[in-house]
This record gives sequence, structure tokens and C-alpha cells, in this order.
Amino acid sequence: MSTPALALAVALLTILGYWIGRRRSFAVVANDTSKLHSRPTYHGFYVAIWCGIPAAFVFFFWVLFEGYLITDLVVAGLPESVVGGLSADRMNLVVNDILNLASGNIVATESDPMLRAAADHYIQLQSMSRVALVVLVLSLAVAGMGLSLRAVQPHNRVRNRVERVVQIFLIGSSTIAVFATIGIVLSVLFEAIRFFEAVPLSEFLFGLQWSPQMAIREDQVGSSGAFGAIPLFAGTLLISFIAMLVAVPVGLMSAIYLGEYASRKVRALVKPLLEVLAGIPTVVYGFFAALTVAPFIRDNGSLLGLDVSSESALAAGLVMGIMIIPFVSSLSDDVINAVPQAMRDGSEALGATRSETIKKVVIPAALPGIVGGILLAVSRAIGETMIVVMAAGLAANLTANPLEAVTTVTVQIVTLLVGDQEFDSPKTLAAFALGLMLFIVTLVLNVIALHVVRRYREQYE
Amino acid sequence: MNNRGGADMPVDTTQIIKRTLARRYRREARFRRMGLFAVVLGLAFLSLLLFSIVSKGYTAFWQTFVLMDVHLDAGVIDPEGTLDQEVMFAADYGGMIKASLRDTFPEVTQRREKRDLYRLVSSGAGFYLREEVLQNPDAIGKTIQIWVPADDDVDMLMKGHFDRDKPEEDRRIKDQQIAWVDRLVDQNRIELRFNTTFFTAGDSREPELAGIWAAVCGSFFTLVITLLLAFTMGVATAVYLEEFTPKNRWTDLIEVNINNLAAVPSIVYGLLGLAVFINFFGLPRSVPLVGGLVLALMTLPTIIIASRAALKSVPPSIRDAALGVGASKTEMVFHHVLPQAMPGMLTGTIIGMAQALGESAPLLMIGMVAFIADAPGGFTDPSTVLPVQIYLWADSPERAFVERTSAAIMILLAFLFSMNGLAVLLRKRFERRW
Repeated sequence: MSTPALALAVALLTILGYWIGRRRSFAVVANDTSKLHSRPTYHGFYVAIWCGIPAAFVFFFWVLFEGYLITDLVVAGLPESVVGGLSADRMNLVVNDILNLASGNIVATESDPMLRAAADHYIQLQSMSRVALVVLVLSLAVAGMGLSLRAVQPHNRVRNRVERVVQIFLIGSSTIAVFATIGIVLSVLFEAIRFFEAVPLSEFLFGLQWSPQMAIREDQVGSSGAFGAIPLFAGTLLISFIAMLVAVPVGLMSAIYLGEYASRKVRALVKPLLEVLAGIPTVVYGFFAALTVAPFIRDNGSLLGLDVSSESALAAGLVMGIMIIPFVSSLSDDVINAVPQAMRDGSEALGATRSETIKKVVIPAALPGIVGGILLAVSRAIGETMIVVMAAGLAANLTANPLEAVTTVTVQIVTLLVGDQEFDSPKTLAAFALGLMLFIVTLVLNVIALHVVRRYREQYE
Repeated sequence: MNNRGGADMPVDTTQIIKRTLARRYRREARFRRMGLFAVVLGLAFLSLLLFSIVSKGYTAFWQTFVLMDVHLDAGVIDPEGTLDQEVMFAADYGGMIKASLRDTFPEVTQRREKRDLYRLVSSGAGFYLREEVLQNPDAIGKTIQIWVPADDDVDMLMKGHFDRDKPEEDRRIKDQQIAWVDRLVDQNRIELRFNTTFFTAGDSREPELAGIWAAVCGSFFTLVITLLLAFTMGVATAVYLEEFTPKNRWTDLIEVNINNLAAVPSIVYGLLGLAVFINFFGLPRSVPLVGGLVLALMTLPTIIIASRAALKSVPPSIRDAALGVGASKTEMVFHHVLPQAMPGMLTGTIIGMAQALGESAPLLMIGMVAFIADAPGGFTDPSTVLPVQIYLWADSPERAFVERTSAAIMILLAFLFSMNGLAVLLRKRFERRW
């Protein structure tokens, strides 16, 4: 029985359990449901829970650990003459060979009878495990159903128990967010610590040289890895700065225009259109930046006699700015709308024009909120990946010239981790150290921004 | 304000205001124009983006085909006359296509010229011929006419993407090849047809054989996992936080976490997936299962926040009425509040799914950038997704891939816009104001 078929069988048994439980509850009170403490559906759910959940648990963990256990058993069964003296790496290779043999793939050491025997052992254990799993899961489901059916009695407080299970499920779900955060922190932290064992923290934070190639052999030429992240931080900041130069004025002014000047009709039409910009995937922006904007800037730059790199920071920053426009505009729209109408009315009653009211009353009042929104936008620009991966460069130049190619933290994470990885080389681990930096910086920016925005909101509520 | 009246003159405010009024009105008009300009600029960026994609990509929906007379040599395809599928499958169809090309251009004799000649049709033309033969084996031994896809360089030439006036060295296609193509055009042996391959094939190194189907399947499997997890977990979390729990430290902690997760850069989720799901739990790389898990964590905050807003908008009177007629708290939530809040929750979910569909950065981390030629058949088959396919094609140097990348973007945007449209529709149609 294959895994999906077994899952389907358990699901069907669960539905059957629900149906039988419900029927049974009608039967025990001769269709007079007012005699039941819990309504018939609850009896159905109770039986279904007992039928499905234990079986599903066993099923899940069995499938999760089956592979490890069988591999361990097979390894334990290998003759001492083979295993003795093998390093962990060699052992892994042997295990891989066995697994490949067992799954029918061709391997180099096909003729080795010892491996063949191990593979047979593996296949045998696997089929045994399958049979055991099917028998265990199905009998658990049936036993759960049988036992819980005995609980279908008029005075049994089944509803309370079912609701308890529902509560536990809800509580469990809500902790996912916490576990996700813990998972993120731990996953980047552990690898980052391993990285900092190889490369000192001060060199990473203040070094001016970034070239993460590591030597494969000791005597290799040009292989001294340098992990100074300053050029990456500078590149990230440069591109984010260009993006904010585009996004803040355009986003803020369009929010002001749509909120204070435009008629209701124009607003209803233009606002969703601008928000389309936010819904376009970043890979599309990246393509646009790399194939339309960058060549355009390069060609026009050479007309003006400027030497523009084809992966200039300007192109990536410009397009990133376009992406962030709706983000800035909707956040500033929110805060501008939160400024009480009475303040505008007061200003206009004193004879101020609309623009004077906006510049001298509305914006100063909304400033903390706007600043908070801009901080959020900056954190987005820093963490943005696809645009810079596709349109910014790979070489770590420490420059403030927007016409040159720079690289960013996210670009380096992607280039270090896409492709072959070895988790004992600083080259791979560096990506996690950069990820940790990224996480910390965006987290701090967001906490500050949310705090500022909240304080501002409270002021007018 | 501008108090330039001086101390000796009586300050006549009206006069001052009148004097400065024209300037103030000019400023007002300028400010207003600046606002309008910003809006127009935003819209211009949007239309420029869409225009550049569409104008680059619309031609990809057509593909150049060449009509060939192929002699189906029985001695090559089926030497023993058994009509055995395996024997017929293994025959040298590419060779027959080449022979047909030599017959069409008999004057080509030199080896190098021949090689250029063979490059007129796609290297996959043999597969088309094989399909044709396997479908009707009666034709073996006869000469048939068959349309096969042209090579991508010929395709680009026919669509006018190559400048014929450029010197030969700067072109991917040689003068002689152009002359041959022109002859084929004169003989009506070349035409643009609707490009079905683009919708039915997986990735390929040859642009004329590449399609988005495998990526679309990968996106589908990934999103199924994302939807199942993110929707159940998201709604359950929102219900718990809004309906069941008292305000305390624990729920504050959960809320802070949700807000932070919403702002974590997507690439960090990729690092999480790589370190936790692949390295720690030992799940395979490049599979929709892991992609779906990562994207589910990423979209969870969106769905939770939208669901909580939807739950908040259900008026307390509904809850009181349900409790008043004897419903338990769970019944009140699941029978009365949740159905009322469902449209809002679904809207949030669709928007979250649209986000997940367009996301590519975290999937690069977990290895979903593989070269996938065959559509995945399940949640644990190696696969890629549509945005990552776009990323991969955008890196390819062939001119024909630019066109296909743009076309794939058009498909992706069509999916996204219809999802967002659906969300808007749902909100308008079902959301009740109390």
C-alpha cells in the first residue's frame, strides 16, 4: 500500500467514523435528540477524532523516521571488516551506494556482493516496515473507532471533549508564528556562529575586501578568501538610497494629491492602478531593470560621455524605487487620513491655501507616521532580492558612484547558496552570517517604525 | 507672515494679503501640479513596464515552422517490418530530417555548409517526426509532408528581431542561411503558427522547444501545500487570538511575532527552509513540498492579519445572540462568526496566494532553480515554479529567450491579476457592512 493510498484510507475511515457515530447517537435515544447531552454531530466528531488523530500521528512520525531507522539498522548489520576504520564521510558514501542500489539506480560499485547484500537487507526491512505501518495505522483507526463508539451515551459530555480538542488545535496553530521566528533566529544564528569561528566578527563587520572564494587545495593560487562585508553594506545602502530618492517624493506626492486634491472618481480609478505596481512580482521588475532600464541608462550615459556600467546601481535602484512607490503612497495615505479634519478646517478658516495647509499643518502633524512608513520602505528595499540579483553586479566595489556596478547583501546570499553547497566551508556559512545581519537590521528598522507609527496613531485617537 | 509694513505705517493686513495673494496662488497651483505629476509619473512607470513586457513578448505566442518533405525510409525506421514501438522509437529521425534538407537544397555539398543548413530547423525536429510516425505507421515507406519548428535564430529572423543590414559577424545567422530562409519563404515552406509547445513543454536549452508547462505544474503543487497550511493555520490563529484568548503576555508575544514575520525579507525565509527543512529534517531539495512549507510561513502573517480584520468586523450582537440561544462558545464561533467573516478571510488568503505565486527569492535558496524538462507529477518530484523559470530564462543569452521570458511574465501577470480581481470581486460581493 503506498503512502497516499494509506492516507486516503485513514481519511475515509475517519469520515466513516463520523457518520457511524452520528447514526449511533440517534439510535441510543431512539431519535429523541433532546435526551442527548451533546448534539449528534459532536458524537460524530468524537468518533472521527479518535479514529483519525492517533492513526495520523503514528503515520506521520513513522514516515518521518522510517528512513533513518532502516539506514541505521542496515549500517549496524554491515560486517565489521567493512565498517571498521571508515570515516564519517566514507560511511556516507557507502550508505548512499546502498540506497541507490536499493532504489534500482546504477552505481559504480555494483558488483560488490557486500553492498548488494546490504541493499537486499534494506529492501527487506523497508517492505517489512511498510506492512507494519499499514497494519498498525489501520488497526489504530479501527480500534479508535470501536472504543469511541462505546462512548456514544446520552449523558456523556462529548461536546466538552471535542471542544477541548478544537481549542488545542487553535492554540497549536497560533504558536506557529512563534516557532517560525525561533526557527529563523536559530537557523541563521547557528551557521553564523560557525562562520564567525572561522572569520573573526571584526573582520566581517569592518573589512573592506569581499572575495568569498575559498581554496579547495592548500596550494591553490588566488584563493585567499576575504570576508569584509563593508562593500556589501555600502552597495546595499547606495541602491536603497537611490530607490528611496524615487519612491519617497513620488509616493508621498501622489498620496497627497489623491487624498487632498483628486475627486472621488479619479481617486477610485487611480489608487487601484497604482497598487498594481505593488502586486507585480519582483522577478518581473528584475527583468525590466536588466533588459530595459539598464541598457537605456547605459546608452544615454554614453551619449553624454559618461561611462555607465551595464549593471549600474542606478538601474537597480530606480526600478526598486518604482516597486516601492505604492508602498510609500499607501502608508502615507493612511497617516495623512488619520490627521483630524478639524485641523485642516482650522487652517483653512484662517485663510491658508490648500497647499499651505498641507505643508504647514497636515505634514508636520503626520510627520512621525510618514517617517515610520519610510523606515518600513527602507527595510523593504534592503531586503529586496530579485531586482538586485538580476540587475546589480556581483563584484564587490566600494564606491558611491551610482553609475558603477555594486553588489548587495542579498545578491551575495543568493550567489553563495545557489548551486553546490558544502556546509563546512566559510563560503557557504558566510551567507548565513549575511542573513543574520539582514534579519537584525530589518527587524530593528521595523520595530522602530511600528513603534513610531503606533505612537503617532495614539496621538489622534 | 510677511509683515513688511514697517513700524511707522499702520499695518493693513488686507493689503499685505492682497499683495502676496497672487504668489500664494501660484505656489498653490505649482504644488497641485507637482502632485498630479507624481501620480502621472507613477502611472507612466506602470504603463512603461507593462508595455515593455508586452511588446517584447507577444511574438512568443507564434513560432516559425518549416514544411519538410521527409522520406520515411522503412529500412531505417522499421527494418524488420514488425511495427514494434520500441524499434520505431529508437530510429534516427534527425537523420531523415537532415536528408530532407539536403534534398531541398541539393547544391549544398561542403561539410561546413551542410552544418549551417541543418541549423535551419530545430534540433528537436526529429521528435516531431517521431510523433507523426508513431501515430500513423502506415506512412512508413512513403514521403510525407510535415511542419517542424525552425531553429530559434530562423524564428527571430522571421519575426524581424535580427537586423539584416548588420555585418555578418555581428549576427547570429549567416548570409547564406538568410538566403536559404528566403528561398523557403518563396516556396511557401515557412510560416508562423500558434506556439503550442510554449504551453505544453518543460524547460529546454533550445528556445523553440522550451515551454512553461513544467513550471506551471510546479507552481500548482507548491501553492496547494501553501494554501492548505497557510489557510488552516492562519484562520485558526486569527480565531484563537480574536475570539478565545484573553489579552495576556503570551498573546502579546504571538502578536509581536506575527508583525515581525510580516516584515522579514523573503530571502530569510529561504535561509530558514534551507537550514531547517533541508539540513535538519532531511527533506529533499528542489521539491514543491519544501517550497510550499516556506511560502506558507511567508504568507501566514498576511492571512492572519486579514482574517483578524474580518473577525473584528463581525458585530458583537451576532455573538451575543448565538450565546443567548444556548450555543457554546465554540459553536458560536464556528456556526455564526466564522461564516460571516469568511469572505474577508478568503480575500486575504487569495492576496496571500498571489504573493506566494510571484515569489522566487526563497525558492532559489531551497534549490528550486533546477533545470526541469518534465512536468513534476507530485509533491516530492524535483520542480521549479513560474517566477523562477522566468529568472532562469532571463539569464539565457539567446534572443529568443527574451521573447519567451516576456511571454512567461505575461502569463504570470495574467494569473496574478485574475487572482487579485477575484479578491476584489469577493470583497465587493460578499462583504457586509454592519
